[in-house]
Amino acid sequence: MIGQIALVMVQAALVLLFSPLIAGFGKTLKARLQTRRGPALLQPYRDLYKLLRKGMVIPETASWIFPATPYVLFAATLLAGLLIPTISAQAPLSWIGGVLAVVYLLALGRFFLALGGLDAGSPFGGLGSSREMTISAIAEPALMLAVFTVALGAGSTNLSTMAQAAVGQSWRFLAPSQMLAFAALFIVLIAETGRIPVDNPATHLELTMTHEAMILEYSGPYLALIEWSAWMKQMILMTLLMNVFFPYGLSAGGSAGAMLFSVILFVAKLAILALAVVLVETLNAKLRLFRVPELLAVAFVLSALALISTFLFGGRG
Amino acid sequence: MLLTHQLYAAGLLVFALGAITGAACHFWARTASRISTFLCGAALVGALLEAGASIGGLLHSSDVAWAIPSGIPYIAYSVRLDPLSSFFLLALSLLAGAVAVYSVGYLKHGPAGKNPALSGSLLHAMLAGLTLVFTASDVVFFLIAWEIMVVTSYFLVVTNHEAAETRRGGLLYILMSRAGTGMLFVGLLLLARAAGSTDFRAMHGIGDKLPAATGGLAFLLLFLGFGVKAGIIPLHIWLPAAHPVAPSNISALMSGIVIKTGIYGLARVSFDFYGALPAWAGMLVLSIGVISALLGVLYALMEHDLKRLLAYHSIENIGIILMGFGGALLFRSFGHPVLAAIALTAGLFHTLNHGLFKCLLFLGAGSVLHATHTQNMEEMGGLIRRMPATALYFLIGAIAISGLPPLNGFVSEWLTYQAMLAGFGATTELTRAAFPIAGALLALTAALAAACFVKAFGITFLALPRSSQAEAAQEVDLSMRAGMASLALACVLLGLGATWFLPVFDPITQQAFGTGVSASLVSGNGFLLMAGAPVRGTVSTLLLACMLVALSVVPLFLWRMWGRREKRVTGPAWDCGQPGLTADNEYTATAFSKPLRMIFAALFRPRREIQAEFEVSPYYPTSIHFESEIQPAFERHFYDPLLQGILRMARSMKMVQAGSLHAYLAYIFITLILLLVFAVRG
Repeated sequence: MIGQIALVMVQAALVLLFSPLIAGFGKTLKARLQTRRGPALLQPYRDLYKLLRKGMVIPETASWIFPATPYVLFAATLLAGLLIPTISAQAPLSWIGGVLAVVYLLALGRFFLALGGLDAGSPFGGLGSSREMTISAIAEPALMLAVFTVALGAGSTNLSTMAQAAVGQSWRFLAPSQMLAFAALFIVLIAETGRIPVDNPATHLELTMTHEAMILEYSGPYLALIEWSAWMKQMILMTLLMNVFFPYGLSAGGSAGAMLFSVILFVAKLAILALAVVLVETLNAKLRLFRVPELLAVAFVLSALALISTFLFGGRG
Repeated sequence: MLLTHQLYAAGLLVFALGAITGAACHFWARTASRISTFLCGAALVGALLEAGASIGGLLHSSDVAWAIPSGIPYIAYSVRLDPLSSFFLLALSLLAGAVAVYSVGYLKHGPAGKNPALSGSLLHAMLAGLTLVFTASDVVFFLIAWEIMVVTSYFLVVTNHEAAETRRGGLLYILMSRAGTGMLFVGLLLLARAAGSTDFRAMHGIGDKLPAATGGLAFLLLFLGFGVKAGIIPLHIWLPAAHPVAPSNISALMSGIVIKTGIYGLARVSFDFYGALPAWAGMLVLSIGVISALLGVLYALMEHDLKRLLAYHSIENIGIILMGFGGALLFRSFGHPVLAAIALTAGLFHTLNHGLFKCLLFLGAGSVLHATHTQNMEEMGGLIRRMPATALYFLIGAIAISGLPPLNGFVSEWLTYQAMLAGFGATTELTRAAFPIAGALLALTAALAAACFVKAFGITFLALPRSSQAEAAQEVDLSMRAGMASLALACVLLGLGATWFLPVFDPITQQAFGTGVSASLVSGNGFLLMAGAPVRGTVSTLLLACMLVALSVVPLFLWRMWGRREKRVTGPAWDCGQPGLTADNEYTATAFSKPLRMIFAALFRPRREIQAEFEVSPYYPTSIHFESEIQPAFERHFYDPLLQGILRMARSMKMVQAGSLHAYLAYIFITLILLLVFAVRG
């Protein structure tokens, strides 16, 4: 019991403390690829500290939904982070909810965030909420179908079981169903974390914003919580993608050396994925909003193909 | 066992007396307005009695049944409380109780309040009809009860018959119900003939003894007949027309439980009268379920009439229920009783859950309508400050219907997902690819439902009021709040305590497939919900909820560590530097769903019309007229041609109706001759 609680605390600390670093790494990397100097690697931490210490302006039209939203979003996202395997295949709380719970906890946070966007009554909030709910809705079938494909191969929707099932099979990611599902989930990752070509996290031009428009009215500590949640969500989805498809170094406990090796591999995996995301961001222009469904349709077709190849090449294909 | 009988009979008696008293007061006494409170109280008592009877029925291992012979051959007034009936009776009594409490305030000053005694009387009659539908154990008696339910609910729907829209909705409802009943008649009689008896008990498994073609035909007829009632696509068009025009307490019952009679009938037929149906039947139910769920939510998204939006969501949820049922039918045909039991549990659980949150949402919509006198969401807004309690209950209902953890909608959708995933391993045929696809489309449905309820709640309750009525809205009275609160509480309890509720389904699946699954679905001292092999997954809504509460303390802790508390001011929302954001600047419901309207343009075929009037330059219009509508595809491409065809046929048949008495006598004579010939030869 004590060990359990300790593990939960460790994972919570990992998700809380490591997620801003990934965001910072992404930003720095993107700036370098675009031959800019970019912000410092640790800038997200400074931003958080700064925002937490700032005062805030609450729109006078807002109700209790507005201040409640950051808490719900933060708690739901952090809880989702406790359900996923990070450096060990055994996630501390994976037994209270599998991949479906992760997806739906993120959806709970998004539900409230969209309500928070509408609460202030400014047109930007509504615009952002509408777009965010639309994009996430049409990303959902691709996400679920790809997740199902992997779950069918592993025989469980429990993430720890899914990761453990993958541990023994080093070259499994070369199976067509796995590669197709990975490609589909990669597109979903781009869409869900609001990256180019779906959404531009750096823009503040009203008409092109999605996520940024929704949270336009938030400031100070509330904004800190929302930004932090967004970074955690990015880390959760990236970790999910890497650990389910490339479960290298997911030692189930073991010696200190093995642990260190797992941590290094974990960081390396996320860095590689971040590099891939940044490359996509740098090499593409943002799509028009109504071209996004086509991209997500591609993701859905990819996951459907993944499913069919599971069917053709057997359950573990 | 004895007590169950008496509770059941007493509840029915209360409903019958309530119906008679109400009618008597309406026609003979001048005390009609005072009697409504009494009638609502009586309805609550009746509901509680029936709740007791249903619990008794669920607890008893043997069926609770008795019959009154009617003296007419083939008809017996027989009643049976087997597990399936008891479960639906339980759902009915829960909803009826909440609606009865709500109606105390609603009938007193609602728009339905002009004939409170008559409304109360009809409510009692409908509840009696529903009780009998769920418990009747004889084909003819069942159909009589069915008609009582249809006719009384029709009269309740057209309570506000002054509006043309109401009359049209009511007419569509009664017409389609009649067509459905016709199919039920034929289907049930086909089965009863094979059984040689109209008793439901004699009809157990009778469908398998019929030749494949007749059995399939009977099932198809019964599926369509019950499907009309349940509102499956494409037989749904009456539902969004009739549910919104009824008084809100009636809408709540209509969407909450009346359409579930179709689900009950389908369950009775599929899992009692038929012991084994071929795979096509399961595939049909599953596909119709997926289509209804997806199209239901897509049409709901396009609505800005709050009650019609909810009505379309009923279609969506019926679809989700049918996915569970279709899965159960398919798994049974593949020879996997345990999986079938899980799928049926998912479907039935969602039936109850949908009843609870849809009833809650309709009551919430009724409160909003009562306070603002409009159903148009574009004229609402800001109600969360004026009606805080209603807003909170509506939000709980919205979270539940969106399938978000930790409320009850999440649990039943989670079970449906697990059933769909498990289905992949149930067979090696190509059919198995249908299950994950159905699961993915369920995910799309759920995500769209979440988008729709962000819209419904956000536009209705948040930001600034968009009209003077919304500005002047006031919170509803205590009884209406209490009715909603009880349902909201039920949604929370069934979400958090789902594992303790699941054993209720054991006797039902025991009866249908010979296996109870709650023991294998629950583990870890009852805290965990676990789906069986081959795809396992665990979830615990209770622990998720506890963790959510615990983790929301983390930000407070961080803030305490670094934050400075004093600097928190209120100010205007960002207005691009041009002061004076008004309600006109707010996002509207139409705007909110615009991206989805464009993405699914192939389905909606939206049409819009913009007329701008200007004097000097087109850039400075003096007034703008905007009109946007979507094409009602089913009405236009299916029902309009059907209607035209029927009218054409009727016109050509007018020839034989010349109005000549001699001609009619000749027809009767010819018919008689033909019948005689037929009788002699047969």
